[in-house]
Amino acid sequence: MTAPFCVHCGRAADDGEHAPCRTSRTALEPPRFCAACARRMVVQVTPMGWDARCSRHGAYTSEETG
Amino acid sequence: MTAAPGRTGVLAQAREQVLDRGEGLSQEQVLAVLRLPDEHLPDLLALAHEVRMRWCGPEVEVEGIVSLKTGGCPEDCHFCSQSGRFPSPVRSAWLDIPGLVKAARQTVETGATEFCIVAAVRGPDSRLLSQVREGIDAIRADGNDIRIACSLGMLTREQVDELVAMGVHRYNHNLETARSHFPAVVTTHSWEERWETLRMVAAAGMEVCCGGIIGMGETVEQRAEFAVQLAELRPHEVPVNFLIPQPGTPYEDFDIVEGRDALRTVAAFRLAMPRTMLRFAGGRELTLGDLGAEQGMLGGINAIIVGNYLTNLGRPARQDLDMLRDLRMPVKALSETL
Repeated sequence: MTAPFCVHCGRAADDGEHAPCRTSRTALEPPRFCAACARRMVVQVTPMGWDARCSRHGAYTSEETG
Repeated sequence: MTAAPGRTGVLAQAREQVLDRGEGLSQEQVLAVLRLPDEHLPDLLALAHEVRMRWCGPEVEVEGIVSLKTGGCPEDCHFCSQSGRFPSPVRSAWLDIPGLVKAARQTVETGATEFCIVAAVRGPDSRLLSQVREGIDAIRADGNDIRIACSLGMLTREQVDELVAMGVHRYNHNLETARSHFPAVVTTHSWEERWETLRMVAAAGMEVCCGGIIGMGETVEQRAEFAVQLAELRPHEVPVNFLIPQPGTPYEDFDIVEGRDALRTVAAFRLAMPRTMLRFAGGRELTLGDLGAEQGMLGGINAIIVGNYLTNLGRPARQDLDMLRDLRMPVKALSETL
């Protein structure tokens, strides 16, 4: 199932092409918005990964998402 | 005073002046290097590599960095997604001590000898310094054999002394850009305030790490100005970043630095500072890609940050370490830094 929201801009995933969210820059960017609700997440980048926390949907990590 | 060289004559001058005598280029000479046409770029990079090998040696210092306090910064550095003044998607976060220890452990496992603890602040308060002290103690107690550097903004003399007492051996505080360009980049503090912190750090016997970001609208003349201003500081290390245009910041629509300009700048900095550790830092993945990273390592760079940065991801550390192995550049061992 496709996530409803874009993790880079927080807009609905089916709202346009999201070209600015699929650049070489965003490939080097951890998720900033929750894919389930579009809330802005608290993100911690670590030397080898990242952790992101949504106040409603909990934690995501780079280990889980690859 | 050295006469301004011609476009191609500067390479011959640099060979004699920098490679043979170890004297960095003047501002006029750096400018001539930065204006070299593309067809001279391979020769320039080869010379910068020779200079690096001659005056620094083949070792590469590897470092990992982590943000102890992310976002919510009161300053208005126009490139930075951590400024609380811009509508960036980056939210404030504090890393807890177990998280800091884990980050240090991950860095040690790469073979790095440096671990830099960074906070997005104007300067540290007592709470932040307490957390840094607790963090360093916890990293040591966990058995991590690595040198610890800090980057906590502008310091008072007392804070410099506190960091020395904690065993912080190197302090990073970037001047970011040329003095003449700084007011266009930051308005909430001055270039001179940054310089004063660096002066106190050096006077206290800590190693000075000071670099900046290329691609913030500076002219080529200002890049040359920046190179010699850094050289005047005689820093132990100069991190070279390339702008990553961050959403929500005033520089979000800036162009990415063109790869050949980035390489020319790296080589020019090497020729301005033949003995200084020149570190590949943020933005190299975007500006140079994999091939460019190799060219940079063969064009004057002798240190790298591996893994991720403070708010952005880097390329996998393994990829950089493999690159160094393929280039036959040994990673500097901890014993060599003691």
